[in-house]
Amino acid sequence: MAMHEAVLLRRRGAEQRNLKAYVASGGLAALAKARAIGPEETVRILTDSGLVGRGGAAFPAGRKWESVRTAKDPIRYVVLNTDESEPGTFKDRVMIESDPFMVLEGLLIACYAVSATGAYIYVRGEYGRVADLLQQSLRELQQAGHLEGIEPQGRPLRVEIRRGGGAYICGEETALFRSIEGYRGEPMAKPPFPTVAGLFRKPTVVNNVETIANVPDIIAFGAKALRSRGTERSPGTKLFSVSGHVARPDTYEVPFGTPLSELLQMAGGEADLQAVLMGGAAGTFVFPKDFDLALSYEGVAERHTTLGSGAVIAFNRQTNLWQVAERLGRFFAHESCGQCVPCRVGTRRQHEMLATLAAGRGQGDERGLLLRLSQVMTDASICGLGQTAATAVRSLMDAESAGLLAH
Amino acid sequence: MAEEFTILIDGRPAPARPGETILTVLRRQEVETPTLCTHQHLTPAKTCRACVVELKGSRPLVASCERKVEPGMEVRTDSERVQNARRGVFELLLSQNDVSTAPGLVSQAEALGADPDRYRGQRYDRGFFDDNKLYVRDFDKCILCYRCVEACGPDVQNTFALTVAGRGFTAGISAGFDETLVESACVFCGNCVEVCPTGALMDRREHSMREQGRWDESRQDIVQTTCGYCGVGCQLDMHVDRERNEIVKVTSPDQHPITLGFLCVKGRYGYSFVEAEDEPAGAAKQV
Ligand SMILES: Cc1cc2nc3c(=O)[nH]c(=O)nc-3n(C[C@H](O)[C@H](O)[C@H](O)COP(=O)(O)O)c2cc1C
Ligand code: SF4
Ligand code: SF4
Ligand code: SF4
Ligand code: FES
Repeated sequence: MAMHEAVLLRRRGAEQRNLKAYVASGGLAALAKARAIGPEETVRILTDSGLVGRGGAAFPAGRKWESVRTAKDPIRYVVLNTDESEPGTFKDRVMIESDPFMVLEGLLIACYAVSATGAYIYVRGEYGRVADLLQQSLRELQQAGHLEGIEPQGRPLRVEIRRGGGAYICGEETALFRSIEGYRGEPMAKPPFPTVAGLFRKPTVVNNVETIANVPDIIAFGAKALRSRGTERSPGTKLFSVSGHVARPDTYEVPFGTPLSELLQMAGGEADLQAVLMGGAAGTFVFPKDFDLALSYEGVAERHTTLGSGAVIAFNRQTNLWQVAERLGRFFAHESCGQCVPCRVGTRRQHEMLATLAAGRGQGDERGLLLRLSQVMTDASICGLGQTAATAVRSLMDAESAGLLAH
Repeated sequence: MAEEFTILIDGRPAPARPGETILTVLRRQEVETPTLCTHQHLTPAKTCRACVVELKGSRPLVASCERKVEPGMEVRTDSERVQNARRGVFELLLSQNDVSTAPGLVSQAEALGADPDRYRGQRYDRGFFDDNKLYVRDFDKCILCYRCVEACGPDVQNTFALTVAGRGFTAGISAGFDETLVESACVFCGNCVEVCPTGALMDRREHSMREQGRWDESRQDIVQTTCGYCGVGCQLDMHVDRERNEIVKVTSPDQHPITLGFLCVKGRYGYSFVEAEDEPAGAAKQV
């Protein structure tokens, strides 16, 4: 089994996690370089690197930054999405706990590159330690004067940390904006997209923690730095949260293109697996016949699955996957914001049917109804929650028809 | 005025103007489109999803009541995907809601061929509230269209008494911390009642007459007048029960230039003086 060099997580387990140690190990060179080359060039390097968002939608980061950089409105925001509430997903927490300064340096570069007038870090409510660590690290950066000279009007940059209130939906970017603004976390219609009318209806860059953590190296070492790892179409490395029936559940960093089987071996558990759930609750079940798939955007697309949030949840052959599906169904029904009919009522009906099936009390028509309902939710829901609430269930039904389930 | 342009609706070109919604164009073309939450005088809430259409280039369907037209748009309303989604929305609502006072919802569901028994499962049981003298709230009928929230909020009344509380299936309309209406910020303008499409909010008078089997709109005449309480000049439509010669409801025409159908508590609910007994002429004043 190949050992992969840690890139994003290279400071994981370091003895000292303060600004001095960060700078001594090369930190803040990227911010200095960005300031030297200017916003336009900074964004160009990011665009050339091919970095795409790690929050699930895989949108090119450079394109997002460029539209905010060139926006007409002088008020702009950068938002760091630290809500991380997808089941089985914990890589953003590990990223921040391993290297808070690299994430914050990335954030400051983003602010500088788009001339942001303010920044927000939206931290999952349960992540108290993460919020404290960010606050502490931010204070160190501020005391050392690193928040100066970023805000276009010459004021010190304001970076506010906001805590979520325990709602998965507040990780969806527009609901997240509403939450910061003090409203109910309900997704808004897109368009307009955040780059045009985001937080407080101002042009906004919203990025995932892992996306932003990639920025300092790209700026410091050039676009080629990212492209030296991974595949042509998926440059760089990727963090995966591996959990479930494996010996060593943990966050693993591998270059894009690494086979899923290798990731599972690293986590110590490929032998007796029935399936893995790829990408989190909104992902799909993948069975051993597909464990050779390449963990890259093109690799998962080929096998009709997704990298999603980078969650990989393993299930052994003793697991009844319908019971897993019931749990996922409960999650979506609980986390639906309740705004739109297909999701508010649909996730409830879906969970009721899944509970019946998991208990072995199906009346025979549930599968057909689930399929029919999944189409309504996928097509007509407002946001990604309702649109993907049936994805895992559909993949489970496909696997059942193909005779892949152990129960 | 900006230039008119053309969009394609089910393959046929249709004129469209900047700033209008796909639904506006659909209606002008007389393309039958079910709607529940949208209202001519309110910001589109885009929550019911009854009006979804297929838009070329968009993976999910889009709400035609909310999405603004753009040159070159290609819209489909006649596809199986659209019909299935719309039918699904109504089937889901029929599986949870009491629709006994929502004839518009029922007729649109029938037109789509929605099967009311498609989905089994828990129905709404969220309570009937009769906590004030002017209107009642029956939330088993509420489809969470957000019209009342918007009417009470920035679209009309600016009172902000109503909000949505809870999440998922348990989300519902609340007058803040589950207060009674009397305790809440409500000023009883009744504009939420006016826009409610399901009868979840209903004048108390209408509600009790329905309970007694006495509500019959075919027996009501509309008598127009102008509200005399202040100088604004709101037109009032007094709904008069012909047989009993009594006022049973007050509304205002939704196209009236001053009211747009919205009133205040006095105009809408302050009518009982009309039926008060006249004072006998020359009667001595009691001090
Ligand atoms: C229901 C839902 C939950 C989401 N939760 C998160 C989250 O916790 N963290 C995150 O980074 N993105 C989340 N997203 C994706 C964000 O909307 C957004 O696409 C992302 O933050 C953009 O950052 P990126 O381009 O760097 O990936 C979620 C999306 C949906 C639909
Ligand atoms: S899809 Fe679900 S979570 Fe998203 S807006 Fe609709 S009800 Fe809310
Ligand atoms: S009666 Fe008027 S003030 Fe009261 S809740 Fe309804 S809209 Fe708001
Ligand atoms: S009470 Fe009536 S207007 Fe308010 S959300 Fe429910 S159905 Fe809509
Ligand atoms: S009428 Fe368009 S979403 Fe309700």
